[in-house]
Amino acid sequence: MTETTQEFIRPPSPPGPIKWVRDNLFNTWFNSILTIILIPLVGYAIFALVKWVFISADWTPVFSAPLLFVVGQYPRPEIWRVFISLAGIMFLLGASWGRWGGLLRPIAISGAALFAFFALLPVQHNDLSLVLFSISSFEFTVRIYLGVTAALVFAGYWLGRLEAVKKWHIVAAWGILPMIAILLTSGFGDSELLPAVTTTAWGGLLVTILLAAGGILLSIPIGLFLALGRRSTLPVLKVFSTIMIEGIRGVPLVTILFMFSFILTLLLPPEARIDRIVRALMAVTFFSAAYTAENIRGGLQAVHPGQIEAAKAVGMSGVQTMVFIVLPQAIRAVLPAIVGQFIALFKDTTLVVIVGINDLLGIGRAIVNSEPAFLQLQLEVYIFIAVIYMIFSYLMSMASRRLETTMGVQNN
Amino acid sequence: MAETLSADNQPHDQTRSIPFYRDERVLRNIAQAVSAIAVFGLVYFAIINFFRAADARGLSLGFGFLDEAAGFPISESHIEYDPSMGFGRAFLAGLVNTLMVSGTGVIAATILGTIVALARLSSNWILQKLALVYVEFHRNIPLLVLLYLWYFAVFQQFPNVRDSIIIGDNLIILNQRGLYLTWPRLTETGNIFAISVMVGVIAALIAFYRLRKTREISGKETYYGRISLMILLGVPLIGWFLGGGSAFSVDVPTIVGFNYQDGLRVTPEFAGLFIGLVMYTAGFIAEVVRAGIQAVDRGQLEAAQAVGLSYFQVLSLIILPQALRIIIPPMISQYLNLTKNSSLALFIGFQDVFGVSKIAINNAGRAVPVFAMVMVTYLSLSLITSLILNLYNRRIQLVTR
Repeated sequence: MTETTQEFIRPPSPPGPIKWVRDNLFNTWFNSILTIILIPLVGYAIFALVKWVFISADWTPVFSAPLLFVVGQYPRPEIWRVFISLAGIMFLLGASWGRWGGLLRPIAISGAALFAFFALLPVQHNDLSLVLFSISSFEFTVRIYLGVTAALVFAGYWLGRLEAVKKWHIVAAWGILPMIAILLTSGFGDSELLPAVTTTAWGGLLVTILLAAGGILLSIPIGLFLALGRRSTLPVLKVFSTIMIEGIRGVPLVTILFMFSFILTLLLPPEARIDRIVRALMAVTFFSAAYTAENIRGGLQAVHPGQIEAAKAVGMSGVQTMVFIVLPQAIRAVLPAIVGQFIALFKDTTLVVIVGINDLLGIGRAIVNSEPAFLQLQLEVYIFIAVIYMIFSYLMSMASRRLETTMGVQNN
Repeated sequence: MAETLSADNQPHDQTRSIPFYRDERVLRNIAQAVSAIAVFGLVYFAIINFFRAADARGLSLGFGFLDEAAGFPISESHIEYDPSMGFGRAFLAGLVNTLMVSGTGVIAATILGTIVALARLSSNWILQKLALVYVEFHRNIPLLVLLYLWYFAVFQQFPNVRDSIIIGDNLIILNQRGLYLTWPRLTETGNIFAISVMVGVIAALIAFYRLRKTREISGKETYYGRISLMILLGVPLIGWFLGGGSAFSVDVPTIVGFNYQDGLRVTPEFAGLFIGLVMYTAGFIAEVVRAGIQAVDRGQLEAAQAVGLSYFQVLSLIILPQALRIIIPPMISQYLNLTKNSSLALFIGFQDVFGVSKIAINNAGRAVPVFAMVMVTYLSLSLITSLILNLYNRRIQLVTR
C-alpha cells in the first residue's frame, strides 16, 4: 500500500537524452520520417557552409580595406578624430554602467569586447585563405586606438562608481559629448588643427550609426508630439497630426528620402543649404516618427481612463497627469513595439544609398565595383555586411528583452 | 444650496470670472489658432519659395508632359510601350510592374510564411530550429542587403547563354538573361476550357454557400462540401473534353541563335526582387501566423477533440477562425509593407513605378509633378489595400451583443 503511494507521488524522472530524442525527434511516424530525411540534409548544409566560409570563400574584398567599412573615405590622417569621438562615447557608456548598472552592463561590456577583439586580432592576411579576420591594412596606431577605447570603458566604469560623480554629471555629459564628437568629426572651415571634412567623405558604419542613433533620438520627441496631437481634442492639431502620420505611413521610405534630398531644396530659400547627411537624417527621422507615433498612440489607448480620472481627482494638472501617470504606463505597454520600430529604422538606413550617401552597404557596393575581380566575390561582401547588421539587430533586441524584464512588462 | 463653497469655506464670488489666461475655452482657441497659423505659415513659406525656385530654374509645373514622348526604354513591360509613347504610358507600365510584383509577392509570401510558421510549431526539434534560423536571419538583416544578395550575388552570377544551367529536358534554364521555364500555354480551343473553369468556380461557390445556408437553417445534412467540390472539378472536366482535350500546348524554351525563345521568361531583375521580397516578408508573416495560432486557447483544441471532431475539422472549424481574427490586422500591415518595399526595385534595376518616375525626374527636370504622381499612387495603393482588407477583417471579427 505504502509502496504504491510512493510510486504514485514520485516526481517523473528527469528526461534522459534518449527520452529527449524520442520525444522531440521520433514522437510520431511522420516526425520520424522527417528526422531521417532532415539529419543528412542539415548535416550537409552545415558542412558546406563551414567549408565555404573557411576554404572556398575569398574574403579579399572585405579584408583588403577594412577601414573603408568603418569610416568610408574619411581622410586617413584625420582618422584619429573619429576614434577619439568614439573613445569619448565609450568612456561615457562605461561611466553610465558604473552609475546605473542594469541594462547598461551587457551593452558596455559587449562594446568593450568588440573593440578589444578588433585590437588584438593577430592574423595577417596573405595567400592562406584560412583567415577569419585580418587587419593587415590597419595601421598599428589604429590598434592602439581600439585597445585604448576598450580600456576606457572600464576606466569609465571605475569613474562612474565614485561618489563624487553625480548622476546629473553623466546626463549632462551625454547631452554635450555627442555634439562635441560630431563637431570634432566634421571639423571647422580651414583651421590648421581640425580642417573640415565634408560629409561626402563620411561613410561606412560611421554614417550608418550616425543616422540610426540620430533618427532614434529625434524620432522619439516628434513621435510623441504627433501621437498626442492625434489624440488631442483640438480639431486643428488632430487633423494636422493625422494627415502627417497617415501621409508618411502610406508611402515608402525611398520616396521620402528622395523628397528630402531633391524637393526640399526647392521649398526653402535659395540661401539655405542643408548638408545631405542631415537631409537624409531628417527623412529617416520623420519616417520613423510617424510609426513611433502610432505605437505610442496604441499605448495611450491602453491606459485605463480611471487612471486619468484618479489623477484629476487628486488635483493633478493636465500636464502632470500626462507626464507622471499616462505616459509612463503607455510607453511601458508598447516598449517592445517601439524597439522593434527602432530596429526597423536601423535596417532602413541602408536606403540612403539612393541619395548618394555611402553607408555600410553603399561602401560594400562601391568596393565591389572598384575592381573587376571583385564582381565575382559579391556573395562574400554582402554576407559580411548581413552579419554586421545581424549582430547589431540582435544586440538591440536583446537589450529590449532585458529592458522589458526590468520594467516588468507582462509577456503574454 | 444655491451658493457653492470654495475651499476656504467662503461663499464663492459668482460675479468674478476666471482670468482669460486660465480659461480653458480661451486657451483651447489660442492653441488651435497658434498651431493653424504655424502650419499654414510654413506651407505658405514653402510655396512661395517653391515658385521662386521654379521660376529661377525654369521648372515646368503642368502635366502636359504626360503626352510628350518619354524617350527612355523600359526593359520589362506588360503593356505595349515604346520610348516614343508618352510619359503617362511609361508611368502606367511602371505601375503594372509594381502591381505584378506586389500581387504575386503577397500570395507567395503568405504561403511561404504559413509553411515556416507551421514548421516553427512542429514538434520535430530539427524542423523547429530550421524555421527559427530562417525567421531570425530574415528579420535581422535589411531588405536591401537581401535584395543585393539575391540579385548581384546569385542571379548575376549565372553563366552566359551558351553555358546555361539546364535542369531536366529544357524544363528550367538558368542563365544571365534570366530564368526560362517550360510553361503550359492555352491553345485556340483552350478558351472553352478557360470559360468552363470560371463557370465551375462560380457555380461551386454558389452551391457551397446556398447548401450550407440550407443546412444551417434546416439542420439537415446537405453534403455541401462534397457537392461543391464535385462541381468545381466536374465542370472544367466537361469543358476539357468539349474542347477536344487539347486545351494546353507545352511551351518549351529552345535556343535560337544566341538566345532562348518561347517558354516563360523571368528576368533576373524580377526574379531577384520577387524572391528577396517574398523571403523577407515571409519571415515576418511567419511570426504573425505563429502568434495567431498560439494565441488560441489550448482548451479550445482539447474541447474540440473531446466532442470528436476530426483533425481537419478541428483545424478548419475551431483553430483557424479564431486565429484569423488575431492574424488579419498585422497581416494587413505586412501586405502594405511588401507593396511599399517593392519600391526598392529601383536599386536592382527593375523598373517599377518609382524607377520609371526617377528616370523622368532626372531626364526632364519635372521633379515636382512627377513626384506628386508617385506619392499619390503609393498613398492610394496603401489606402485601397487597407480598405479592402479592413472590410474583410470586419466581417470575420467576433460579433458580440
